[in-house]
Amino acid sequence: MKRILVGIKRVVDYNVRIRVKADGSGVITDGVKMSINPFDEIALEEALRIRERGAAEEVVVVTVGPADCQQQLRTALAMGADRALHVLADGVIEPLVTARVLLKLVEREQPLLVILGKQAIDDDNGQTGQLLAALWQRPQATYASKVELHDGAARVTREVDAGLETLDVDMPAVITTDLRLNEPRYVKLPDIMKAKKKPLDTLTLSAMGVEPRVQLKPVSFQAPANRKKGVMVKDAAELVAALKQRGLL
Amino acid sequence: MTARILIVAEHDGAKLNPSTAKCVTCARAIDVADISVAVCAVDAAAVAAQAAQLAGVNHVLRVENPANEHALAAVLAPQIAALAAPYSHVFGPSTTFGKDLMARISGLLDAPQVSDIMAVESATRFQRPIYAGNAILTVEVAAGAKVVGTVRTASFQAAPDGGSAPIEKASLDVAIPQHTRFVSVSAGRSDRPDLQTAARVISGGRALGSAEGFKILYALADKLGAAVGASRAAVDAGYAPNEMQVGQTGKIIAPQLYVAIGISGAIQHLTGIKDARTIVAINKDGEAPIFEVADIGLVGDLFQIIPEIERLL
Repeated sequence: MKRILVGIKRVVDYNVRIRVKADGSGVITDGVKMSINPFDEIALEEALRIRERGAAEEVVVVTVGPADCQQQLRTALAMGADRALHVLADGVIEPLVTARVLLKLVEREQPLLVILGKQAIDDDNGQTGQLLAALWQRPQATYASKVELHDGAARVTREVDAGLETLDVDMPAVITTDLRLNEPRYVKLPDIMKAKKKPLDTLTLSAMGVEPRVQLKPVSFQAPANRKKGVMVKDAAELVAALKQRGLL
Repeated sequence: MTARILIVAEHDGAKLNPSTAKCVTCARAIDVADISVAVCAVDAAAVAAQAAQLAGVNHVLRVENPANEHALAAVLAPQIAALAAPYSHVFGPSTTFGKDLMARISGLLDAPQVSDIMAVESATRFQRPIYAGNAILTVEVAAGAKVVGTVRTASFQAAPDGGSAPIEKASLDVAIPQHTRFVSVSAGRSDRPDLQTAARVISGGRALGSAEGFKILYALADKLGAAVGASRAAVDAGYAPNEMQVGQTGKIIAPQLYVAIGISGAIQHLTGIKDARTIVAINKDGEAPIFEVADIGLVGDLFQIIPEIERLL
């Protein structure tokens, strides 16, 4: 079956104002709204559109994380994913561990494409897609803003520093999404009801033979340093004078 | 153990990108016995010569292959991985080039990656921004692990010239994958300075109102010799192309002078400019959050103020 695997991560919602705990042990996540990582939502939307165009038959959504992640998997199913896989894991899961889990699932599910967000907006690592592609020894097309599937290959336009780069990658391949790839659909209430009946399988790291290695130990968290408050000027002439005085013009 | 650091050079085939000199400065913050720069190209001679001049660089490696014409991560990563054995660290810039490539190298080496290094505390301890820069994480890499790192270029000064490192050819026997092929790149290049390295940057926000409205910025930028950037809101509205985007989801920059015009100052934008030496904000809303980070603020109508500034220059 032509299948697309989509990875999602449960993260603090992008609208939440992040606060570092007073003791520096982390950021405050208690009672905070949690959502699907926005880049992963774009990944799922792209997979659904490819399926709707007939170029794939099944969209499988996967996450690695604690029991609470089921909420986000149910949301993904309500968006339109056909089934979900939940790999239970507590604590911080490093990108290399997530990539190893995805590799195991890729071997099992044999997808045409794996689509992931380019980064998660919590740890901002931006590694998982490239790591999976390396371990799988398959192509990667990161920061995608356009994806077209042709015979056995994907033509992907990438947002790079210089502008837009286009690559052809043989499938199977890993694609990671940038913001302009698409606008994810809204979930409708009847779909939420339907999603409750869709299959959601739970797996464990140990059953998959993946060790939750910790090689990047968090030592402390700090709030960023604030800039000093500046001065206000009243018109263009004062502004130009202030810039000249500071040697900037 | 003293560190030996391999840096992957970013270049366009002819010129070394300044991001590489910033990686050298990051590497020099570590107690380091050797800094080598690898230049992957079809013919690496010209770029290798530039890398050899950077102060602090001990060796430059020419990694030459006809497949290296375009910087494809799938093609370059196995070559760098093959060179990595003698090194304790492998660094690259946190640009789209480096972010794409370094994590693939991390996967091939099964070595953990520290993304967006903004400060070095030791050979194994680094600071990096998380949550779009709303928190700074200090992270310790496990003893014995090779460290792959991407270097947040806005956090480090470029290493000066003054070196004269020997240049060697690396001979590698590596299978190059054929599954990834370059098609094209559309560079929206202008003759203005490069946004990521310009000393002066002028950015516009949604208040410019249209792509047409951005033209007054271009006029001012040309007079100042500045690069032009845009907020995400302006890019999303179609007023400017995405490669001009400044912020967490665009380019993170550290110019001497940053002028934010008609930009309210969403946190993701501020994350991209907080290392600028001087920030100037011009906005008609005196309550806009941009004024909280601005060194010099001016409240008013940008369509009147910008031409006035231009006249005064």
